[in-house]
Amino acid sequence: MWEQIRSNQMRSVVLVVTMGLLLLGIGYLLGLVFFDSGIPGLIIALVVWAIMNMVAFFQGDSILLALSRARKIKPEDHPRLYNVVEEMKIASGLEKVPDVYIIDDPALNAFAVGRDPSRAAVAITSGLLQKLNRDELQGVIAHEIAHVKNRDVLLMAICGVLLGTIVILAWIASRYLIFGGMGRSRRSSSGGGGQAQIIILAVGIVLMILAPIIAQFIYFAISRKREYLADASSALYTRYPEGLASALEKLSSSTAELQSANQATAPMYIINPFRKKGMRASDLTSTHPPISERIRILRAMAGGASFNDYDQAFREVRQVKKGVISPASAAAIGAVGLRSASAPEPISPARKSEKVERTREVSDLMQRMSNYKIINCDCGMKLKVPPKFKAPSVKCPHCGRIHSFR
Amino acid sequence: MIAVWVIVGIIVVLLFALMGFYNGLVRLRNQVKNAWAQIDVQLKRRYDLIPNLVETVKGYMKHERETLEAVTKARNLAQQVSSAGAGARGKAEGELSAALSRLLAVAESYPDLKANQNFLALQEELTSTENKISFSRQYYNDSVLRYNNKTQMFPSNMVAGMFRFQADEFFEVTVPEERAAPRVSFT
Repeated sequence: MWEQIRSNQMRSVVLVVTMGLLLLGIGYLLGLVFFDSGIPGLIIALVVWAIMNMVAFFQGDSILLALSRARKIKPEDHPRLYNVVEEMKIASGLEKVPDVYIIDDPALNAFAVGRDPSRAAVAITSGLLQKLNRDELQGVIAHEIAHVKNRDVLLMAICGVLLGTIVILAWIASRYLIFGGMGRSRRSSSGGGGQAQIIILAVGIVLMILAPIIAQFIYFAISRKREYLADASSALYTRYPEGLASALEKLSSSTAELQSANQATAPMYIINPFRKKGMRASDLTSTHPPISERIRILRAMAGGASFNDYDQAFREVRQVKKGVISPASAAAIGAVGLRSASAPEPISPARKSEKVERTREVSDLMQRMSNYKIINCDCGMKLKVPPKFKAPSVKCPHCGRIHSFR
Repeated sequence: MIAVWVIVGIIVVLLFALMGFYNGLVRLRNQVKNAWAQIDVQLKRRYDLIPNLVETVKGYMKHERETLEAVTKARNLAQQVSSAGAGARGKAEGELSAALSRLLAVAESYPDLKANQNFLALQEELTSTENKISFSRQYYNDSVLRYNNKTQMFPSNMVAGMFRFQADEFFEVTVPEERAAPRVSFT
């Protein structure tokens, strides 16, 4: 297992190192411009980077979950979701069951956090939970757990911090150059060597403009690559690529935008929360590959569920020679068969009732989250008591039994 | 003098290689053991759920005595052979799975039962336990495959032979229906 994760990370590591060099470069040039020596600039860049890393390392997960307004749920709050998470934990060989969070939002999306696999969490919007059947939910959760298992969360956190530092440094520098730089540069030019100063200043300005943009492109490139890998892992874990494919189809047909997402957290989600219609694969400004393409690749996996099959499907769909998964990791797991759908899709009337059932489950969950008391009466009636209800007991309107609280 | 150093160097390299292979084998073997324990947990969970299910269902399904008895019998049998090896166990568990899925299929035709919250919760638990069993089996078999490959492929097979790392048994569930299911392949 470790071999494949490591070899998949090689390409990403190259990109991360590039980003790191970009950060050092901008720091050095800042130093040259403001202190006439690169070293103080380097030190400032590293200090800012270290502070941001500390914050991300110790608080990153809770900040992300808080930003997306996710709330933790217990197994009994939504047994199906929790069970599916446990199933995928087993299939992926993760050490610990991730915490499960729910975001009260009709938009369809999900994401995972957790730098180290033993302290991971998955979050899903209530809208998505309502829309997906069991197989689809499995595909989505498997995709999220794959992000944890493949260490994508860690990788994206490192990249995110690098990107953030570069953006901050460039911002500070541009402030100084515009408002405070004039007097300084005039003073230093009188001391001779003005020519070199001007060149450095020019390079500094160019880099300041370009660095955040380049860094962002790298960040997006890494993110897109990891999405493919997570899709492949999802197929491998569930042995059922169609589950994720049909979930993605449902995701793509919805237009609701997630309220609590922002640019920085976008790569965490299963689909880009800011996507536009008809985005192309080569689009450098997207954190995710286009959904239609991901669906086509998953559906093209006719032979099996292994990484090899995904790679083959990827090459077929994108008409390219080079696959997305490195050969070493593809070979690590041999041929793997597919399975059939867990339960045959019921015919239309029954299916409708299943949908109603799912909607009911989610609304129960949301009500429980807002402190409603839910009582299952022996007659089969379900009583939902709002938190404002003050009486010590309530009578079942169907059979007349008295239920007291406590 | 140089020759001595070269020989010492080679021995050190070989020792490190040996250590690497040995640790790799131990890690994989532990992974297999751990995966086996996971299956065990899920199978036990299923044994615990079945009496509850039978109790809940009994009142509604007056005419399905045989189906219910088959489930109970298969459960007891599976529990009896639970200390046996992967092969024997797979067969008993396969039969239990088949009996259970028959019961759940029959339950579809009892609308009263399907409205019972207790039954629905149990059904969800059972479905999930079935899934967990098959996923842990899948993970176990993947682990066994990796471990067996390591013990049989050159050069790690030499280390495996030296320290008696033996190939492990796959966990195959032998269900008559599952075997007979047609395999669809488009390649």
